[in-house]
Amino acid sequence: MIVRLEVNGERRLVDLPPLTRLLDALRGPLGLTGTKEGCGEGECGSCTVLLDGDPVNACLVATAQCEGRSVTTVEGLGALDGRARETGGLSLLQAAFVTEGGAQCGICTPGMLIAAEALLRETVDGANRKPTDTEIREAVAGNICRCTGYQRIVDSIAQAAALRRRVSPADWVRENLPFAKAEGTRGLL
Amino acid sequence: MSNVGTSVPRTDGPSKVVGTAKYVDDLSMPGMLHGATLRSPVARGILKRIVKDPAFDWTGITFVDATDVPVNVVALIQDDQPVLASHEIRHRYEPLALIACDDALRLARAARHVTFEIEPLPAIFDPRASFERREIVAPPDNVFGRYRITKGDAEAALASCEVVVSGTYSVHHQEQLYIEPQGVIAWFDERGAHVHGSIQCPYYVQKGVKKTFVLTESDVDVVQTVTGGGFGGKEEYPTVISLHALLLAKKSRRPVKMIYDRQEDIEATTKRHPAEIGIVTGCDRDGTLRAISIHVLMDGGAYVTLTPVVLSRGILHAAGAYRWEHVLAEAVAVATNTPPNGAFRGFGAPQTIWAVERHLDKVARQLGMDPLVLKSNNVLRVGDTTATSQTLKESVGIGECIEKARTASDWDRKRALGPVVQGRKARGIGACVFMHGAGFTGSGERRLKGRVALDLLLGGRVRIRTASTDIGQGTETVFSQIAADALGLPMSQVEFLQPSTARVPDSGPTVASRTVMVVGSIVEAAARELKERIDAEQAATGLDRRRAMDALVFRAMGTAEHVYDTPRDLEWDDATYRGDAYPVYGWGCDIAEVEVDLDTFETKVLGFWAAADVGKAIHPTHCKGQIEGGTLQAIGWALHEQIVWKDGAILNGRMTNYIVPTSLDAPPFTTLLVEAPYSRGPGGGAKGIGELPMDGGAPAIAAAIEHATGISMDNLPCLPEDLFERARKGRAA
Ligand code: FES
Ligand code: FES
Repeated sequence: MIVRLEVNGERRLVDLPPLTRLLDALRGPLGLTGTKEGCGEGECGSCTVLLDGDPVNACLVATAQCEGRSVTTVEGLGALDGRARETGGLSLLQAAFVTEGGAQCGICTPGMLIAAEALLRETVDGANRKPTDTEIREAVAGNICRCTGYQRIVDSIAQAAALRRRVSPADWVRENLPFAKAEGTRGLL
Repeated sequence: MSNVGTSVPRTDGPSKVVGTAKYVDDLSMPGMLHGATLRSPVARGILKRIVKDPAFDWTGITFVDATDVPVNVVALIQDDQPVLASHEIRHRYEPLALIACDDALRLARAARHVTFEIEPLPAIFDPRASFERREIVAPPDNVFGRYRITKGDAEAALASCEVVVSGTYSVHHQEQLYIEPQGVIAWFDERGAHVHGSIQCPYYVQKGVKKTFVLTESDVDVVQTVTGGGFGGKEEYPTVISLHALLLAKKSRRPVKMIYDRQEDIEATTKRHPAEIGIVTGCDRDGTLRAISIHVLMDGGAYVTLTPVVLSRGILHAAGAYRWEHVLAEAVAVATNTPPNGAFRGFGAPQTIWAVERHLDKVARQLGMDPLVLKSNNVLRVGDTTATSQTLKESVGIGECIEKARTASDWDRKRALGPVVQGRKARGIGACVFMHGAGFTGSGERRLKGRVALDLLLGGRVRIRTASTDIGQGTETVFSQIAADALGLPMSQVEFLQPSTARVPDSGPTVASRTVMVVGSIVEAAARELKERIDAEQAATGLDRRRAMDALVFRAMGTAEHVYDTPRDLEWDDATYRGDAYPVYGWGCDIAEVEVDLDTFETKVLGFWAAADVGKAIHPTHCKGQIEGGTLQAIGWALHEQIVWKDGAILNGRMTNYIVPTSLDAPPFTTLLVEAPYSRGPGGGAKGIGELPMDGGAPAIAAAIEHATGISMDNLPCLPEDLFERARKGRAA
């Protein structure tokens, strides 16, 4: 079955059995392996993507359900920020995870970032206010992290929330991520 | 130059936050097949026959059983575990056969068309039954390891002590639950065997591949892909999955990818060793500790794997962080018909520290003392001797840890207040004091001779080559900081080569809290040597720094390879288990505040104060992240996690029913770093801290529960039903 969907702002077409999980469509034919699989049953949250702006577990969504809808994955987070190209492709939220210790092994990070992005859109962008600590913890409660103890994830999101809209991401990243563009690290920026 | 001591941005961070970091399941090879493992349906038995359904279409499916294995052992401490069972089956998930296919759906279908004829044998799941040899499940005597530590004369001293207290304690299995499951891609080509995967210790895998396929070092390349957590779970197990994938690759002549699904990962891979610990202590009426006698029985599971080493670390930490004139500690590990238990952060120490800390809380109760005062009065200081008669010479920051945690948590006031009961909620506060040996035990490092190489590259850059893997702890970043500072270069000029046994020297495994402290100091030594060469080149030629570096590269003088310079004054006797058990220790004081619901017996952790002496925090943010992450695993072990067994099978092998803490279960952490530098640690005195934070969480939580409710838990876990049960028994008594 052919399914038309918008992925990270681009129109894409996939031809797959209709019950194929969105997770497999993304990681397979769409070539977006940033979205991870940790459990395959909706428990770990590492496969979280935005479907028409709402966070969902891509391991529980059938591709056919996505006909005509828009999907945002971790690969789309930086590019969503108009000025992201000047910042080495990182949004403030992504950059905060790098500087504040929000990512250790990184396997939960794509899903965490998506869940946090949904929260920041609702609170900072939508209601022009910073989310509370409890709101942050609730927003990522469906995303299991075994590495960090969550404290630094909460801190990273709080910091991104405080900076979003107030600082030019380009300036902030230049100051805080001096080698974000360095070659040779595993970063492909 | 100082990168060391500052929380520089994580070097592998950008690729992780944009989704370009390649974990093993993100990779594929042309012509690649998917592999799967077929496992035993019984816990113990004799495999009689493997039956492939003749009605099923087997074309395009590769099938491997024990007859395809050149040397059928998983090389580790002992060669007792087969790669695929050929005759005797020792646990419910023992691998019996392997299949591979290019289509994952057909693969799953094929798996259902293989059956095993097995003659069942009586199995043992209780370590006591194994110890009593009610069945011999691991010849000759079910025993995987035995240790004994003596200091003074504990028995005689106990007989004359004013206050003698005894107790028995136990701890349960724990699953590492790294979020990226085990996985590898493996293939053979004209150069030999290749494995790329989620691996903590590439050289362990190389050793296993060499043995099973009768290959030499140069025939085997093991590459670590970006790894989504390990916590010990990817220390020894990846050898098994790598051998399986290679067997399928050899037979099919295609690359084979094997990725466990979550349930298979929870069921079949290693877990923390359960243990039972009996303790008798003697002290004066004023609380001066005198003598301790400890007996530990550990459950090794079906095969030896790393059990003797886990048992060793367990018994070496069993007397806790305290001064005792008299110690008798005996430990034994036995086989049961459950999947082999193995490495998990803490490696035996959290088990015994649980026991001794719960025990001292009990002693404090009997003496009517504040437990933190009792612990603090008896804690080891510089000049004291440990249970193995090691004299502590330096870097003992425990006094400051206790003070910091006590002040920050407002311990004195909250403890004196007693339990605060409001409606059905009771609040309490509890503490744990602990130490953790950093680096390998005894003469381990001397035997191992860890190596690191640093290369100058054209353009004034430097590359670190080490087998120490970054599995999330931040090795890449921290090594880059150490090298950059020692060389006087900016971080952006330092790179970290992806670990591959073909291209990096053997730095030893990524275990035992040794990476920063031991391997980091080799990185520092190699970087200093390069700096001397550059300085000399500049002095001789008058070239600027960058040209001097290039000149060294052109003359093939750009590589410095260093071997660990083991401290020479360490003395350790393996026969008597006496001497310098570890070069140095990390120290910690954890304080937990909890609220227990008196109707449902649910425990919520309201606050957690973790003070840790890390020697020197090379990267304070990562350091705190390690402490918080490890502590939450310990809290999970105490309050949420439990493997449920039935006849050797796991009933809750999924994330829906094996529960780990979420962001809402996790307390806000106050993490307090103490720096009592270790004279031989890199970056100005860093010690290993990877495992330390796993030690304190569970006892601190249990102590807080006791303060809140009076329910004293001797056994883990402390799930609501366990607290209820204990309260009911308490009332009945
Ligand atoms: S993989 Fe989808 S929630 Fe775990
Ligand atoms: S960073 Fe490893 S699971 Fe979250």
